[in-house]
Amino acid sequence: MLKAVCLREVRLAARRPADALSGLVFFVMVGSLFPLALGPDSALLRQIAPGVMWVAALLAVLLGQHRLFESDWADGSLEQWVLAQAALPLLVGIKVAAQWLIAVLPLLIAAPLLGWQYGMDNASIAVLLAALALGTPSLSLLAALGAALTLGLRGQLLLTLVVLPLSIPILIFGSHAVTQAQLGLAAEPALSLLGACLCLALLVTPWAIAQALRLALE
Amino acid sequence: MNKPLTDFSRAWRWRQLASPPVFYQWAGRVWPWLAGLALLLAAAGLWVGFLLAPTDSQQGEVYRIIFLHVPAAWMSMFIYLVAALHAGLGLVYKTRLSPLLARALAPTGAVFTVIALWTGAAWGKPTWGAWWVWDARLTSELILLFLYLGYLGVVSAIEDSQRADSAGAIVLLAGVVNIPIIYFSVQWWSTLHQGATIRWDAAPSMTHSMLAGMLLMALACWAYSLAVALVRTRCLILERAQEERL
Repeated sequence: MLKAVCLREVRLAARRPADALSGLVFFVMVGSLFPLALGPDSALLRQIAPGVMWVAALLAVLLGQHRLFESDWADGSLEQWVLAQAALPLLVGIKVAAQWLIAVLPLLIAAPLLGWQYGMDNASIAVLLAALALGTPSLSLLAALGAALTLGLRGQLLLTLVVLPLSIPILIFGSHAVTQAQLGLAAEPALSLLGACLCLALLVTPWAIAQALRLALE
Repeated sequence: MNKPLTDFSRAWRWRQLASPPVFYQWAGRVWPWLAGLALLLAAAGLWVGFLLAPTDSQQGEVYRIIFLHVPAAWMSMFIYLVAALHAGLGLVYKTRLSPLLARALAPTGAVFTVIALWTGAAWGKPTWGAWWVWDARLTSELILLFLYLGYLGVVSAIEDSQRADSAGAIVLLAGVVNIPIIYFSVQWWSTLHQGATIRWDAAPSMTHSMLAGMLLMALACWAYSLAVALVRTRCLILERAQEERL
């Protein structure tokens, strides 16, 4: 059952690659807009790089998410999930994990490219990747919570309104880690906090998402 | 059988308030008193604050904005907690009144958050030289405003009232993380916003008239919040009754 859910997600994504890759394209384009708007001052770009990358990643994760449960809801597989023997939080967790692998992992692969564009050194890029790897799963979970809460509603902005305030700590710790690395200071404290956020998100959000999905199905 | 009926009913009377019709009656009796109390206390607090309290030795007259700023900031956090508590109760026990109370409290909390931010900005300009700094407490208070707006947005976007209540409860409960961050931000990150002057574990470092003015204003804000929330809950009870009749 769990394997089937996972495979189904991957298959669906593989058949519609445009959906999965739109987040990646968005990330790269937003990242490239800042140098165009601010001018090619390399010192300034290096300074703003962590913040820009994190904001771009956050928006890229959030923007596609309002459709996360929509097709499952429309074709009735969500109801089957609720009836299934496996616990709904577990199924939701697997779905979010699969979505993260499909939609967010490419973003991590592209992140070093953007980092080099901004003139970051390799050590900072390594920290950026570690921070993104620790932080984006929490963002995906929060975005899934927003998607479940707003399932079937018209406003797409509503999801952002709910999720953005909650994702601010991750944004702060994530860009802080990279800034510390750029300054030659220890990035570990910020990375540990990101890991703590991820643990908290893993602990709480699957249940909250499951509860929100049950509400949407009632 | 031997138990006198009157005692029983008296002991359990407060629980009857969980019933919307009883609460409607009770709130209708209580709110004018609370509103009057709020007016009286606010008048007294402003009188003490602006006429009796001495000028601050460091900040001059501009410090007097604390008589509004501090109570508003307290209320913004406290109302969020109370609203989240009621929303949680409604989510767990499916009580009919709790989500309505949460919904009635949230706009007042949002207004107090705006007041706290606004008065803070008005105080910051002459004192710090800037309307806004990205200080930990200011930022977390701004996030609190966003949380209130997110809750109000979700609740108003969902038409089915049951789902709106539960979804709003999840949003409110998820945001509770922010409250300790605001409260302890001054201790955790020692940035520009000054530390607490009134503490549980030490005597307040301000003269008695300043303290009295601030506490009177805080009580006024309490009475105002209660009165407004009760009136709003009455409206919501009527709305729900209308929905159920349809």
